Amino acid sequence: MNVLELEHIKKYFATQKAVDDISMTIAEGQIFGLLGPNGAGKTTLLRMITGIFYPDSGQITLNGKKFDALNDAINIGYMPEERGLYKKMKIGEQALYLARLKGMSKADAMTEIKRWFVKFEMESWWNKKVEDLSKGMSQKLQFVTTVLHRPKLIILDEPFSGLDPVNANLIKDEIFNLARNGTTIIFSTHRMEQVEEICNHIALVNKGKKILDGTVQQVKQDFKENIYSLGAPVLAEHLMTHIFEVVKHEPGKLLLKLGEGTSPNDVLKYFINQNVPIISFNEVLPSLNDIFIRLVEGTAAARQFQTIN
Amino acid sequence: MNKVGLIISREYFTRVKKKSFLITTILVPLVIIGFYAAIIAISLKDSDEKQTIAVVDEANLFNGQIPDAGKSFTFKFIPNETEKTFITKYKDQGYQSFLYIPPFDLNKPDKFILHSQSSASLPTTSAIEKYINKAIRDKRLVAQGFDPKKYESIVADVNLDNTIDTKDGAKKSVAGVAYAVSFACGILIYMMMIIYGTQVMRGVTEEKTNRIAEVIVSSVKPFQLMMGKIIGIGAVGLTQFAIWIILIFTMQLALPLIFPDLLNQVNNAGNNAETASMAATAMQGFSSLPLFKIAASFIFYFLGGYLTYASLFAAVGSVVSEDQQEAQQLIFPILMPIILGFVIMTKAVNEPNSSLAVFGSLFPLTSPIVMMGRITYDIPFWQMALSMLLLVGCFLLFTWITGKIYRTGILMYGKKPSWKEMIKWGFRKS
Repeated sequence: MNVLELEHIKKYFATQKAVDDISMTIAEGQIFGLLGPNGAGKTTLLRMITGIFYPDSGQITLNGKKFDALNDAINIGYMPEERGLYKKMKIGEQALYLARLKGMSKADAMTEIKRWFVKFEMESWWNKKVEDLSKGMSQKLQFVTTVLHRPKLIILDEPFSGLDPVNANLIKDEIFNLARNGTTIIFSTHRMEQVEEICNHIALVNKGKKILDGTVQQVKQDFKENIYSLGAPVLAEHLMTHIFEVVKHEPGKLLLKLGEGTSPNDVLKYFINQNVPIISFNEVLPSLNDIFIRLVEGTAAARQFQTIN
Repeated sequence: MNKVGLIISREYFTRVKKKSFLITTILVPLVIIGFYAAIIAISLKDSDEKQTIAVVDEANLFNGQIPDAGKSFTFKFIPNETEKTFITKYKDQGYQSFLYIPPFDLNKPDKFILHSQSSASLPTTSAIEKYINKAIRDKRLVAQGFDPKKYESIVADVNLDNTIDTKDGAKKSVAGVAYAVSFACGILIYMMMIIYGTQVMRGVTEEKTNRIAEVIVSSVKPFQLMMGKIIGIGAVGLTQFAIWIILIFTMQLALPLIFPDLLNQVNNAGNNAETASMAATAMQGFSSLPLFKIAASFIFYFLGGYLTYASLFAAVGSVVSEDQQEAQQLIFPILMPIILGFVIMTKAVNEPNSSLAVFGSLFPLTSPIVMMGRITYDIPFWQMALSMLLLVGCFLLFTWITGKIYRTGILMYGKKPSWKEMIKWGFRKS
């Protein structure tokens, strides 16, 4: 079932087509990576999904119903890129306040907060203020306040920036946990290695338009270039053939690109016939990083301002 | 509890629970009272430092002595000197100043000069003028064949009492007290509007720069967040006001209990019967004032004025970033009418029914301050009603427009928008 459906969403600002006709669907339990270079329109898109902005046109459907920003607040958890917390407010009170603004009852919020504080070893923080916390600590708090009210849809904008590996893993595990229990997670970032690790579905946005959408595996297949890695002590004389091109040759390892109409079996046969002892042979799929750069490259690095009529 | 209620209670309790709130609430009135007490003490106390002024009296106006020279001055008559000769010497002889009285025509007295090393104070020159005038008057009386002493007994010196005839019977009006209360109310409203208005602005800017606004606006409408903040801070102001009133009343009740002799002492100060009767008149003046009407109007105009300006301050807070200088530039146009109101108020306490005062107390941007400046005087009912109506209307209009500016501004980062852009935001539909 699709938790979120966007149909032809548009949002124009005075000098930017921030989001220009984007449609996508996100299924329940998915960890959805929203990728794009700086200024691509990611934040504007997320702000429309969280109800902060209204789209100029298009429709957002949440859980099969038309999105209603005020009443759906309880269903959405949003963690903005630059963390937002009251610096002078006590941590326990702050978590309670934010949970109740989402519509939780006081008692319900208290139990949930206690549960999360125990889980993240934050019990001793209750009477501290946010200004006493390190960046990583306040990040953890921010995450807790985002997921406290058990939203169906969680939107995380760069959730790992500023976290040490231990705490990053803690949050990562929690994200997997939530997804397993049916929570849908939208995850905006430009750190591709995290996307490959965490997301199962991605969309790439550039200049306000969606230019790519699919599962991580599917996208990699779509962009593969028939490159294989061969682990074997290959000598230079073995490379005199037309069935593949050499991409990179190192002692004990060869990266090759298949020629037209050649299959991996042809390559293996060729090396076996040459009496080369093969240790390993596998396909090399492009990294998301490569795909990202390939797709975005060539478009101007910084978005230009334009006049909208 | 609904969400606006939650926001209000957060804004209210985070401020009220702060130690600084308690300290300022209790200390400010004490400091103000102490300040006034010090001023009164200084002005009542006779100046210890007597000024010694040399007098070169070529016209022999004073006959070598000035009667009733008082406690502040000693006059030393310097014989056998002229202006020209003494001007070079008086510093060396230890005088700060000397008075030169040239020979003059009794019908056209002029060219009296006070020479001094630094400019003489106003009380000094006016006291000396008084002595000279009196001496000249006496001389003229003698020239006309009158006895100056007899003249003193002829001259009358009456005090005019003013009673206000109301339904409750005649009340004694004490102009000084009414004036002081009006002025104090006007200043208090002026200060509270600026203090709490800037608190709203800082709160909004804080939420914007911390990006907490983004989190909250995903749960509530921006307008709810703005109103919650404005109402919460306004409630803090009212609380502070209530604490002050309670403090004043308890002090009035408690002081005679703690120091039973205090009043007696004041009354027995005896040598200064004038002070005692002044205190009595002041108390009488207070009781003649319509205290309930003043307190009720104060609360109404504080709320009306605060709400009208707070929405403007909130809009400014929403468009600026950390840079305090940007905020200063934008606040200036908001402060202008507040200051204008203050200026009109200082006029209105003197002439409560002048057309300027009436205009100022109707115009909603100045009315909270100016109306409080007229509050101890009788204000026609239609003026009061119209003024209140205009203020409420202005508040609604401003909140409606600034709500839209706020909504856009709170999520905008980077460049400060121009006035033109802000006005465009304010008037666009939906």
